[in-house]
Amino acid sequence: MTANRTVRWLLKPVVFILALVPASLLTHHLITGNLGADPLAEITNRTGLWALRFLAFTLAITPLRRLSGWNEVIRFRRMIGLFAFFYGSLHLGVFVIADRLASLGFPSPVSSQTIRDLAVSIATEVYKRPYIAVGFTSWLIMFALALTSTTGMIRRLGGRRWQALHRLVYVGAVAGVVHYWWSVKADVRDPRMYAVVMTVLMAFRIVLWMRTGARSHAQSLGRRAVAGR
Amino acid sequence: MLIKRPADISSSEITEKSIYFSRRKFIQAVAGTALATAGSLAAETDVHAQQPAPHGRKLATRPSPLSTTEAPNSWSHITTYNNFYEFGTSLHEPAANARDFKPEPWTITVEGECARKGTLDLEDVLRGETLEDRIYRHRCVEGWSMVIPWVGFPLASLIKKCEPTSRANFVSMTTFYDPMRMPGQRAPVLTWPYVEGLRMNEAMHPLTILAVGLYGEVLPNQNGAPLRLVVPWKYGFKSIKSIVKIAFVEKEPINSWKRVASNEYGFYANVNPAVDHPRWSQATERRLPSLYKTMKTLPFNGYGEQVAGLYGGMDLRKFY
Repeated sequence: MTANRTVRWLLKPVVFILALVPASLLTHHLITGNLGADPLAEITNRTGLWALRFLAFTLAITPLRRLSGWNEVIRFRRMIGLFAFFYGSLHLGVFVIADRLASLGFPSPVSSQTIRDLAVSIATEVYKRPYIAVGFTSWLIMFALALTSTTGMIRRLGGRRWQALHRLVYVGAVAGVVHYWWSVKADVRDPRMYAVVMTVLMAFRIVLWMRTGARSHAQSLGRRAVAGR
Repeated sequence: MLIKRPADISSSEITEKSIYFSRRKFIQAVAGTALATAGSLAAETDVHAQQPAPHGRKLATRPSPLSTTEAPNSWSHITTYNNFYEFGTSLHEPAANARDFKPEPWTITVEGECARKGTLDLEDVLRGETLEDRIYRHRCVEGWSMVIPWVGFPLASLIKKCEPTSRANFVSMTTFYDPMRMPGQRAPVLTWPYVEGLRMNEAMHPLTILAVGLYGEVLPNQNGAPLRLVVPWKYGFKSIKSIVKIAFVEKEPINSWKRVASNEYGFYANVNPAVDHPRWSQATERRLPSLYKTMKTLPFNGYGEQVAGLYGGMDLRKFY
């Protein structure tokens, strides 16, 4: 098998299945009643944490590629990013159903009145609670990036514009960590750990941009020097 | 020979003094006496038989008219979902981290504005008290609730023994502090030791109890052994666990959660559906293990009839 086919037919399916393990375990524990006294808190925490972890995984792709020289790793980025969106959507969905729809007393979900009430109820929470606002922002960004993640969309937007849009992932990751930080009662040790990881991943890029910036500057100086001769 | 030599008793057969005088047995003895006075046990056997604790250290108790008739949560839920930061900040940590904690011997210091200052053994605290089953609703400030069959006695009873002076406006209580034995205290998450307090008339209210048991059994470590406060009309964090100090004070004490975030947690912390936590609504609650926040939260956690009078003329939005 060529390297290309190994990635496509072996490694990608393996990563795909691995990425589904947390969701499968959670579903299994939920069905078998193994989530303890407060299953909702457990589901909320775990889906939120996996969204953050997958965001960190996508941000780790470029550093991994640069440091290892294994260029093929870039081919996993879209899938891993979409899994961040997947877990983030589960996390938001749990909030919408178990918190917001429940607070309305579970009205019939098919009526337009319910949809309006639900939208108002979600908007009110987003407006009233800063930690929900930043979490929602993070999800909206992931949603936009997921919508534009197809090859067709890359072509339609053009590489440069697409890349500019997808730099929003940094904002999404920061918003995700802030959401986590603001959601805990007093113990910020875990959110702090995620903040450190994200900072390191972003610092890597800053170093990279500074270096390439310096190099292209040096190159242009070099060209000018040649032209001036 | 008429006088027989006593049979040899190997030292291993002699019950160790500490075990012989263990508080568990003492509690049972004290409670047993109380039971004989109290009489009937009939109604109680139900709750006790429902969820036998793994350790099986029974307490003799009598029922209380102050109990709710709502179905209690299971032993396993009550003992595996605990906000007890001294044993870890995640709710399932205390069950594991408190497993080897030995709440004995245990002493409680009484100080401040009272005639009978000093240090009491747990046995002294329990002497003469009648243990009652108090099945109470428990509402956590985080938005979940349970129904818990505590075993305890009125805090008022202990307070009377301490003979507080007229300057005693508040009771302040402190949790045991030893980072070696309570690993959660090694991290500066809260200012240790944990402190809570009640206004005198709240502390004297018949609903306010000191609990020593659960489901008719000795209180598990993760639930605040050996002695904890239970104030059912307030958010759970007011019900301080593993108490080692009771002080009668003139001024309102600063409770730990108010100290860490006074915009979110106040001194009174009465359950109030009309006053939101800044980060979530308190209008509804999840009665565990339900997944949904569909149960309406009641003012004073449904104990308004008994306790609303304590707060006449007070703006409970301001004194949250």
